[in-house]
Amino acid sequence: MAKASFPGGIHPPERKALSTRAPLVRAPLPRRVMLPLTQHIGAPAEPLVNVGQRVRTGEVIARAQGMISANVHASITGIVSAIEEHPVPHPSAAVGECRALCIVIDGESGNADEGHGELKQKDEWLRMPPLDWRSSDDATLIARLRESGVVGLGGAGFPSAVKAQVRQRHAIDTLIVNAAECEPYITADDMALRTYANDIIEGARLFARLAGAERILVGIEDNKPEAIGALRQVLKNQPDDGMLLVTLKEVATRYPSGGERQLVQLLTNREVPSLGLPADVGVLCHNPGTLLAALRAVRDGEPLISRIVTLTGEALARPGNVEARIGTPMHELLAFAGLQPERLAKLIMGGPMMGVTLDSTALPLVKTGNCLIAATSEELPPTPPEQPCIRCGACETACPASLLPQQLYWFSKGREHDKAELFNLFDCIECEACAYVCPSHIPLVQYYRASKNEIHAREHEAHRAEHARHRFEFRQARLAREEAEKQAKRQARSRQLKKPPPATSQPAGDDLQAQIKKLRIAQAAARAAVKKAEKTLARVSEPGQSGATDLDDLETQLATARENLQATDARLAAAQAQVQGTATNDQDTQPR
Amino acid sequence: MSLMHASSPQARAATSTGQVMRWVLLATLPGIATQAWFFGWGTLINVLSAAGAGVALEALVLRLRSRPLGLTLRDNSALVSGVLLGVSLPPFAPWWLILVGMVAAIVVAKQLFGGLGHNPFNPAMVGYALLLIAFPVPMTQWAAPHGLFGPDASSLGESLGYFLGLASPADAMTGATPLDAFKHKPQAVLASEFWAGEPLPPGTLNAWHSAALAWLAGGALLLFKRIISWHIPLSMLGAMVLIATLMMASDPSHHAGPLFHLLGGAAIFGAFFIATDPVSAATSRKGKLYYGAGIGVLVMVIRSLGTYPDAVAFAVLLMNFAVPFIDYYTQPRTYGHSRPNRGIKVKRIDDDEGAQ
Repeated sequence: MAKASFPGGIHPPERKALSTRAPLVRAPLPRRVMLPLTQHIGAPAEPLVNVGQRVRTGEVIARAQGMISANVHASITGIVSAIEEHPVPHPSAAVGECRALCIVIDGESGNADEGHGELKQKDEWLRMPPLDWRSSDDATLIARLRESGVVGLGGAGFPSAVKAQVRQRHAIDTLIVNAAECEPYITADDMALRTYANDIIEGARLFARLAGAERILVGIEDNKPEAIGALRQVLKNQPDDGMLLVTLKEVATRYPSGGERQLVQLLTNREVPSLGLPADVGVLCHNPGTLLAALRAVRDGEPLISRIVTLTGEALARPGNVEARIGTPMHELLAFAGLQPERLAKLIMGGPMMGVTLDSTALPLVKTGNCLIAATSEELPPTPPEQPCIRCGACETACPASLLPQQLYWFSKGREHDKAELFNLFDCIECEACAYVCPSHIPLVQYYRASKNEIHAREHEAHRAEHARHRFEFRQARLAREEAEKQAKRQARSRQLKKPPPATSQPAGDDLQAQIKKLRIAQAAARAAVKKAEKTLARVSEPGQSGATDLDDLETQLATARENLQATDARLAAAQAQVQGTATNDQDTQPR
Repeated sequence: MSLMHASSPQARAATSTGQVMRWVLLATLPGIATQAWFFGWGTLINVLSAAGAGVALEALVLRLRSRPLGLTLRDNSALVSGVLLGVSLPPFAPWWLILVGMVAAIVVAKQLFGGLGHNPFNPAMVGYALLLIAFPVPMTQWAAPHGLFGPDASSLGESLGYFLGLASPADAMTGATPLDAFKHKPQAVLASEFWAGEPLPPGTLNAWHSAALAWLAGGALLLFKRIISWHIPLSMLGAMVLIATLMMASDPSHHAGPLFHLLGGAAIFGAFFIATDPVSAATSRKGKLYYGAGIGVLVMVIRSLGTYPDAVAFAVLLMNFAVPFIDYYTQPRTYGHSRPNRGIKVKRIDDDEGAQ
């Protein structure tokens, strides 16, 4: 079999050595933390605490809302001083900065009598009971993951508890540990593996069991020899439990080999279908940091209140990786790494390819913040002015998804969204390889994002129109049902009064029979419609399938179908009563 | 503190369009030098005046369009168009011919369509085709291979005189191109008899062959620097060789061989420097193969059946028309799709409908 590979890719300067020289250390406890309620994909968490309340490290301070959401925990011990909006980094790096509701906690100083001159900050923990994952059942483990607020730490921020339930819908055979870390500068996974390789593999085994995977593949780029060494050591020492095959797979360093789809292709030679998930081809991908956090949540009962973050860039005197509490203001982290403010020109969260520039160092570290680059202006110079596209094809050569970036650019710029979709705009993973190589310095992915957003906005609009139509239909159906019932009542009343209905409006017996037949058919159809609507609703309301608006809409449709059924029932009953009525009338009249 | 705000990516490869064009210019040097060596000062005067006219015209139009001059001129694209048209024109062409060609190329074919990147047709070839149709006589008087310094060569001064229109080159100074001569071979004469009759000024074939090989060297440089991909040159030349071989096999007495077709005219130059113009060429790799092959076929068809002896310009322009069509049918298979999309199947999202 030919070695699996993906097309394109680029080799930007790695610059990882900058932050791997110093060992992984703990960052000092922050005096104050700012904890956004949206550090994950999905619905924001709902605050559980009040201003002025004392919280301990690890206490749940905001509860997940809905299917896709995650708890937020206090990351230091102290007093909730405010619940207010602050600028925060968005969980999706594509958006950058946004304002979100945050819980602010002011740290509590220790007792003065402990005094060593300076007051030591208190760090009082509230842990969950430790669990042995091998002897706990799936439901307990998933509940624990949900409770501990673990989300994908690689950047996406998808709640891990939801991902752990993948079995309900997909058959998984392979769990991939995505340790490729292909973005330049970032070394958080590298350092995590060097330090906690054993725990990470243990975490992978935990997720593999939850997903029902038969094997674990650890995908890592060959530019991390120390991490590879650590993994080898662990795999050698760990007894093979016979059930689960753990394989270390080194891949050649090439951006974006750590893209989920690309890594799946590299390691398994399977392609994730367009608009699908790796689970569609039986694969589940996890970031090492997530596995570590999950294992700690289960084994040690520690919720996700800290993460490993790379502090790097030439404006830092002591770049390195630190384990920092979530919510720590970035300037504290940067100061810890020896920031030289006069040299700082660009502050980037994430890597230099897909990361975003931040406007301020006052933002808090969030769960998805894997790297902070404090770059000088020489290091990552400002973008040169955009020049016209000459369709040189450099982007096409670099694209890992075999798209035609120059065509997509053309269509996006001309707002020919339908054509952009025809050229598979939505298969773009926004890895920025095309923009990196573009000799005309065109921010290609920005154009694609604008186009995608516009398409989504239009779809949303169409959706809303559909919604309105369904609500209108429901109203019509309700009115029709009421009318039918009224009619039926009126007929019943008139029969009770033994007053034969006026002959003009009385259909002949045969006509009535035909009408009843028709109504019976209509009734069967309406019943089928109700059943169908119920089924759709049941299917869609399964966990994690679709948004709340869809559910509302489907409920409206179901209600409409029920109204229709009731209306037909009423009409049918009225017609049948009428038939009986005429029959008795006939009997009354016959003897004469 | 003011932090720089920039859209991703924050890192970029150190390339620029101007640099790409500089490599193209560099790659034309062997071809220009060889052509000048054999055909005299006229080639150099053509190249320099056409390039100068190109830049001047581009600057003029940019000013009219109120576009920033510096940034656009620095992309060197007008220079490239000028050089490419300059080497295509017969040495000793008068100044007005070059000017008309450059106006057609830069003003009409390029800037009127929106400038660099927006031209559906290859600018240099639009200029060339216009001149060939409008001024067939000066366009078909190629220089005889008297060299730069040979006994019969025109001096620089004389060449400038021809350029300025102060004098016109004597008949001895000009000669037909090999393709032209062969095209006008009488029907009764066999190919072998024709060549035995020394129909061209001595050294002509050698000069053309050398120039073609020099362009090949320049093309190799472009390939090596990955400025162009191999798809278009290979498919274009491949198609020409195939057709020429078939034709010669069918009737060797009246058809020239593949080597003659490759080296006797502008085929190599066109394959590496004209057809590969990325702006007006097909997009995907597969599309480029079709595009190049189409040019090769058209060149051979026009050379053998048409009235023009060489046909690179027309073939390229005709295939430029076909590019949007080719592009819709040659998309690569995208990751996650079982097969590539073909043709135009778009669902209309109507603006008016959404707005009501």
